[in-house]
Amino acid sequence: MSRAGRITRRSFLVATVAVAGGTAFGYWRYREAGANPLTAGPGETVFNPWVILRSDGVTIVAPRAEMGQGVQSTLAALVAEEMDLDWAEVRAEHGPAASAYANLAVAAAGLPFADYRDSRMQRLADDAMGIVGRLMGVQATGGSTSMADAFVRMRLAGAAARAVLVAAAAQRLKQNQLALKTEKGAVVAPDGTRIRYGDLAEEASGIAPPANPSLKHPRDWTLLGKPLPRLDMVAKSTGTAAFGIDTRLPGMLFASVRRNPGLGGGMLSYDATTAQAMPGVKAVVPLADGVAVVASNTWIAFKALETVQITWAPAPYPPTTDGIFAEIAKAFDAAPNSTLRDDGDVERALAGANVLKAEYRVPYLAHATMEPMNAAALLKDGRLTVWAPNQAPTVIRDKCAAAVGLAADQVSVITPFLGGGFGRRAEFDYAVQAALVAKAMAGTPVLLTWRREEDMTHDFFRPGAICRLEGEVGPEGPVALKAAVAAPSVYANQARRVLGLVPPGPDKILVEGLFDQPYGIPNYRVSGHVSGVKVPIGSWRSVGNSHNAFFQECFLDELAHASGLDPVAMRLKLMAQQSPRAAKVVEAVAELAGWGSAPAAGRARGMAFCWSFGTPTAEIVEISQSAQGIRLEKMWIAQDVGLALDPGTIAAQAISGAVYGLTAAIMGEITFADGAVQQQNFYDYDALRMPQVPQFETKILASLDHPTGVGEPATPPAAPALANAVFALTGKRIRSLPLGKVVTFAS
Amino acid sequence: MKLVINGTTHEVTADPDMPLLWVLRDELGLTGTKYGCGVGQCGACTVHLDGQPVRSCLTRLGDAQGVAITTIEGIGTPEKLAVLQQAWIDNQVAQCGYCQSGQIMSAAALLAGTTTPSEADIDAAMAGNLCRCGTYPRIRAAIQDAARRLQRA
Repeated sequence: MSRAGRITRRSFLVATVAVAGGTAFGYWRYREAGANPLTAGPGETVFNPWVILRSDGVTIVAPRAEMGQGVQSTLAALVAEEMDLDWAEVRAEHGPAASAYANLAVAAAGLPFADYRDSRMQRLADDAMGIVGRLMGVQATGGSTSMADAFVRMRLAGAAARAVLVAAAAQRLKQNQLALKTEKGAVVAPDGTRIRYGDLAEEASGIAPPANPSLKHPRDWTLLGKPLPRLDMVAKSTGTAAFGIDTRLPGMLFASVRRNPGLGGGMLSYDATTAQAMPGVKAVVPLADGVAVVASNTWIAFKALETVQITWAPAPYPPTTDGIFAEIAKAFDAAPNSTLRDDGDVERALAGANVLKAEYRVPYLAHATMEPMNAAALLKDGRLTVWAPNQAPTVIRDKCAAAVGLAADQVSVITPFLGGGFGRRAEFDYAVQAALVAKAMAGTPVLLTWRREEDMTHDFFRPGAICRLEGEVGPEGPVALKAAVAAPSVYANQARRVLGLVPPGPDKILVEGLFDQPYGIPNYRVSGHVSGVKVPIGSWRSVGNSHNAFFQECFLDELAHASGLDPVAMRLKLMAQQSPRAAKVVEAVAELAGWGSAPAAGRARGMAFCWSFGTPTAEIVEISQSAQGIRLEKMWIAQDVGLALDPGTIAAQAISGAVYGLTAAIMGEITFADGAVQQQNFYDYDALRMPQVPQFETKILASLDHPTGVGEPATPPAAPALANAVFALTGKRIRSLPLGKVVTFAS
Repeated sequence: MKLVINGTTHEVTADPDMPLLWVLRDELGLTGTKYGCGVGQCGACTVHLDGQPVRSCLTRLGDAQGVAITTIEGIGTPEKLAVLQQAWIDNQVAQCGYCQSGQIMSAAALLAGTTTPSEADIDAAMAGNLCRCGTYPRIRAAIQDAARRLQRA
C-alpha cells in the first residue's frame, strides 16, 4: 500500500491539519492548484482533491456552496462523466477550505470588460486574474462562475482518475489498456470480465496519472447534457438534509446575538443582569457591536437577549432613507469613477430638442434567505472548528482564525447545506460571531442562530441606486444614450472587509448591466459615480445588474414608445451588428411568447433583456388587471447558457432567478428611520407566494463550447420586464421600485 | 411533559410556553422542522397536530400535549418515502431545500383532505409557505402528481 494512497481522510472532519503532499495522483493542474487537502479514511482512496473512492461508490468533492442552485450535482457530474460512474453510486460533499479549490473564474468576472466582446485582451486579462485568484486562494461561490471555473478542471480530475483505474485493471488482467472499457463504475474487459473501481483502488493508488488525460467529446456524454436527479433531492424531501442550523454535537449549547440596529455603530455599554439570572442562560458574551447570549436552547437565548439593556453608538450614515438617498445623489456632483463606455460624441448628439430625460431609482434590499444566518463553532485543544453555511470557506477560515488569535491552519471550516445564499453568505460576520462565542465557551460546541429580525436588519444590503438617463431616437432607433448611475460601491465594501484595502481602478460592478450590453448605439456613454454612504452593502443576486438592467431596459422601453418603435424590433436592430448570440435570445423569447400577435383583451406584456455572467437572457411577462389588482399571468424566459450541462437545473435557475427579481420589483424595499432598518420580518418584507407567481415557459439555447452562468442571469430582466408590462397595461411609467408602492398587485 | 411525536412518546422537561418548534429542534434533535420567522409568516416550521397543519413556532409546548404530533420525519424516510415525497423527488422540486419540510407538511395536509385538489385549493393550502428559491411551479406539479398517484392507489 503506497504511503500516499491511503491516509486517513476522516481527520479533516474532526479538525486535523490537512496532510500536505498527500496527493496520490497529481495532474499538473492539481499540483499547481495547491496541496491536496484530502486524506483517506478506512476503506477509502483519495485520487486527487476531487475524487474519493469507496467500496460502495465514489464521493466527489464539489467545492462550491450548494445553496439551491444545484451546483453540487452538476459539478459531480463533470467528474462522474469522465470516470463513467453509475450516477446512483455517486455522492457529493463540500470538502474543506483549501487553496486547491480556489475559484479562478470569480476574480476574472470583476474585470472591466464587456463579456460579449470577448476580445483577446480580455482573455489575457482573464488568465492573469486566474493567477491572482489562485495566489489569493479564494474559494468562493459567486458571480455564477462555478461551471466556467470547473468545466475543464473537474473533468480532467475525473479523466485522470479513470486512467489510473484502467491502468490498474490492465496490469491485473495482463491486457492492453486500449482493449478495456469503463462503464457504470467498473472496468470491463473484452471477455466481459468486470472489475469494480473499488476493487482496483489499492493498485491504482500506486500508478502515476497521465500528464494530459483526454476528455470525452460532448457527443459521447451520457450524464452531462441531460437532466439528472439532484444528489441532494432525497435528503431535501425528507427533512434529513443537514443545514448549518441543524448542526448538532454532544453537549452543544445554543446562542443568539443582538447587535446595534445602527449598522456599523458600536456598543457603549450594556447591562445583562436580568438575562444572566434567567433559567437556562449559561453565559453572556459581549461583542464589539452587541451581545451574545448562550443558553440551553435557542428560544431561551432569544428571550434573554430581549432583556439586555444596551446603549448603542450612533450609526455612521444619515438616519433616514431620504437622507441616505440625498447623500447618494451627491455622488453625481463628483467626477465619475468608472466610465466604461464612451462611444461617439454623446454631448453633441444629445444637444437637440428631442432629448428624453429620466431619473430612475431602486431601494436597498435584503437577501432574506429562508435559513437565517447561523454558524456553529467549537474551540478545543488549540483548534477551532467552524460549521458555517457559507459561500467562501477560505475567507471564513482566515477571518475566524484572526478573530480568536489562531493561525489559519488551526481552523477547520465545514460547510453544511446553505438554506439560501444569494450573496449574503459570501460574508463572514455570523461565523466570526460564533467563533468568538466558542472562544468564550472553550471546550463546548455552540450553535449561534440569528432571530429573523436580526437577519433582516443586519444584512449586507443591495445598495440603493439612482440613474440619470438621456436619450434620443432617430427614425431607425436610438442614436444617443447617456446613463450615469450613482450608488455606494459593493466592490469597495467587500474588498475593504475581506482584504482590508480597496484596489484602485474602475468599479465594474457599479456599471455592469449598463455599459456591457450588446447595443450598437452610436453615441453611448455609461459612467458610474461612487457614493461613500456607509450602510453595509454586499452582493445581492446579480449585483450591479440587478439595478442597472432596470434602469436601462425601462428607459429603452421609454425611447421605443416615444418613437413608436416596437421594443423587441428596436433591440434586435441594436444588437444585430454587436452580437448575433444576443439577438437569437431575443428572437427566441419573442417567438415563445407570440410577441407578434397582440395579447388577449385586458392583458399586456413587457419585455427586457440583460447580458450578465456570460449569459444573454431575455424575458417577457404578461399581466392582467383583476379586481384584486394586477395579476402575473405568464412569463417566458430565453437564455443562451453556452453549453447546457443540466437543462433541468438550468430551467429551475431561470425561474428561480426571475421569481427573485419579481419579488424585489413588486414589494422589495428596505428603509431606514433613526438610523435603523425598519423592516423586521416577512410580515413587512414579504416575498411572492404560490398564488402570485406566473406560469413559466423557458427556452435554453446553447451556442458555445463551454458553459456560462445560470444562477443569476434571469434576475436582472425581471423587474424591467414587469415595469414595462405595467406601463403597457396602465400607461403608468414607474421609475422607482418597488412597483407595489404605485400600483396594486393581487395577493 | 409527555409528547407523542410520529407515534413515539417523548418525555420533555421545559417551560410550557416554549414553542413546540424549539422543543423539536433543540430539545429532541428533530431538526427536519425549520425555523424561518418565528411569527407564523413563512410556514417553514409547519407540523401536524392531529392531522391539522399548524405553525410550530406559534404552538406552545403546553398545548401540544395529548395530541398526535407529526413532523416531516414522520411523513417518510429516505428508505421509505411517502408518495408525496416521491413526487417531490420525481419533480426535482427542492433547490436550497430549507422551506421544503414545511411545504411538504402543508401539501400532505391538503392531500389528506382531498385527492382531487383544484388549482385554487393548492393556492389556498400553500400560500402560507414561503420559498425564496421560487420552486412554486414544481411544488404545484408535485402536488398534482402525488394526487394522481394517490387516486390510483
